Amino acid sequence: MSEPETKPTRIPPIVTLDAKFFWDGADREEFLGERCGDCGHYTFPPRPMCPQCFSLKREHVPLSGRGTVVGWTIPRHPMPFGFKESPVVAVIELEEGIRMVSNVVEVAYEQMKPGLPVQVAFAPTMNNHKVPVFKPRSA
Amino acid sequence: MARQFTEAAIAGIGHTEFSKASGRSELQLAAECAKAACDDAGVSPHDIDGMITFTIDNSDEVNLARCLGVKDLAYTTRIPGGGAAAAATLYQAMAMVNAGLCNNVLIWRAMNERSQYRFGQNPQQQQMQYQSGNGTGSLLWCVPYGAMTPASWGALQAAAYMHQYGVTNRDLGYISVQQRAYAANNPHAWFYGKPITLEDHQNSKWIQEPWLRLLDCCQESDGGVAILVTSLARARDLKQKPVRLVGAAQSIPYNVEVISNYYHADLTVMPEARGVAKRLWAQTGLSPADMQAAMIYDAFSPHVLLQLEAFGFCKPGEAKDFVKSGGMSLDGALPTNTNGGLSGEAYIHGMNSMIEGVRQIRGTSHNQVKRRKVEHVLLSSGMAGAVLAAD
Repeated sequence: MSEPETKPTRIPPIVTLDAKFFWDGADREEFLGERCGDCGHYTFPPRPMCPQCFSLKREHVPLSGRGTVVGWTIPRHPMPFGFKESPVVAVIELEEGIRMVSNVVEVAYEQMKPGLPVQVAFAPTMNNHKVPVFKPRSA
Repeated sequence: MARQFTEAAIAGIGHTEFSKASGRSELQLAAECAKAACDDAGVSPHDIDGMITFTIDNSDEVNLARCLGVKDLAYTTRIPGGGAAAAATLYQAMAMVNAGLCNNVLIWRAMNERSQYRFGQNPQQQQMQYQSGNGTGSLLWCVPYGAMTPASWGALQAAAYMHQYGVTNRDLGYISVQQRAYAANNPHAWFYGKPITLEDHQNSKWIQEPWLRLLDCCQESDGGVAILVTSLARARDLKQKPVRLVGAAQSIPYNVEVISNYYHADLTVMPEARGVAKRLWAQTGLSPADMQAAMIYDAFSPHVLLQLEAFGFCKPGEAKDFVKSGGMSLDGALPTNTNGGLSGEAYIHGMNSMIEGVRQIRGTSHNQVKRRKVEHVLLSSGMAGAVLAAD
């Protein structure tokens, strides 16, 4: 966001109980993931039960924030609500082996390619929230 | 009645006109297409005893049953997953008839998806809540990032596949051109008499760059489609030539979501369609070579390629060449979406292409396959599928 004086127009996240830790963490600029407290399996999207060992013990742990681009798209029509220019929407595979949808920011469209290394950053939304986004990093 | 395994068949199909502004309620569209399917079969709507629609259809079973004067409804159910599961309606109808639980199962889907609300636009506030039964958390995890439409979710899903196999947007154009050629010859199609060229496709605006142009996307449509499923024995006594429902299946593999489908192991394949294929071929003892036509859910053109590969009509990465060389045409190895598909005819959530499969078996399509006798038609909506057969 190059104009910090303007109010953010990005839509805030839709928060569900099982993912509240994730978005609360993002508000504090912490990038948290969910790991099983018994078997250590990472899950995304977060869920109440470990699909591997069925444990209900969840650990909310800091993630490395490093990942690579798996796929991306540039929404042209309709222009997504809350964006003045088309964002780069991407599926990011994190070092922890889980994937999430986010934006790659501070990147030229022609730079986008599978395997592009990225690092987490945070972008403000309406209602004073923040969401994790990604910036290119050197591998 | 004593229950015993009963073979199922499609006895009737019906639809309203396909438009951009129906000018009447979704319930009226549902009633009209349901009545048309009953008339087609020669069954009184009073005798419907099973009803199936999509979880996201806005018409209530009881309200529709009241329109149709249904005397004693025995079984109602709805399928999750939107259009991806469209063929699961047939799966459930088949199972209900097979189990001897119903005699006349009505399947319907009716919507004012252009005049009343639009799937292709940014979501309204009230639509931005996660709804169970739609099989997707897409809004939840995508909306803050500007992925707000099915095209954005579909493009993200197709990106890894297209990149892996070097599928260009121009390659996709061959699908659109073929489907619009079919639509141009189909009086029910919105794009009747309006074929396109590859250049038209390439000149249409980007919806999702660099993957999907406008002409890679299904339409937004108003209309209703209904199917009446009964027993094979009963269908033989009714008005139309029976279309046997010899197999149907659904598949939702681990970590698969309906369209926000980015969490399963290999993003260059469609595991749900592979799962459906595996079940269907095992269930029927048939193989891709036994199909004389296919109706494949084409919300977005890349998903036609992914399904052709998942069902074994092409090897991974080879569907683009299959399509380019005319594989989907009436002279090709697998005439596909001969109604014009969801891009050419209309978008009634996959249901309109499913009744085109019935027409191909009956021999009544406006783009009838003539080079071979149509014995079997594959219907695929991605997460569900069915095989129709001649009696």
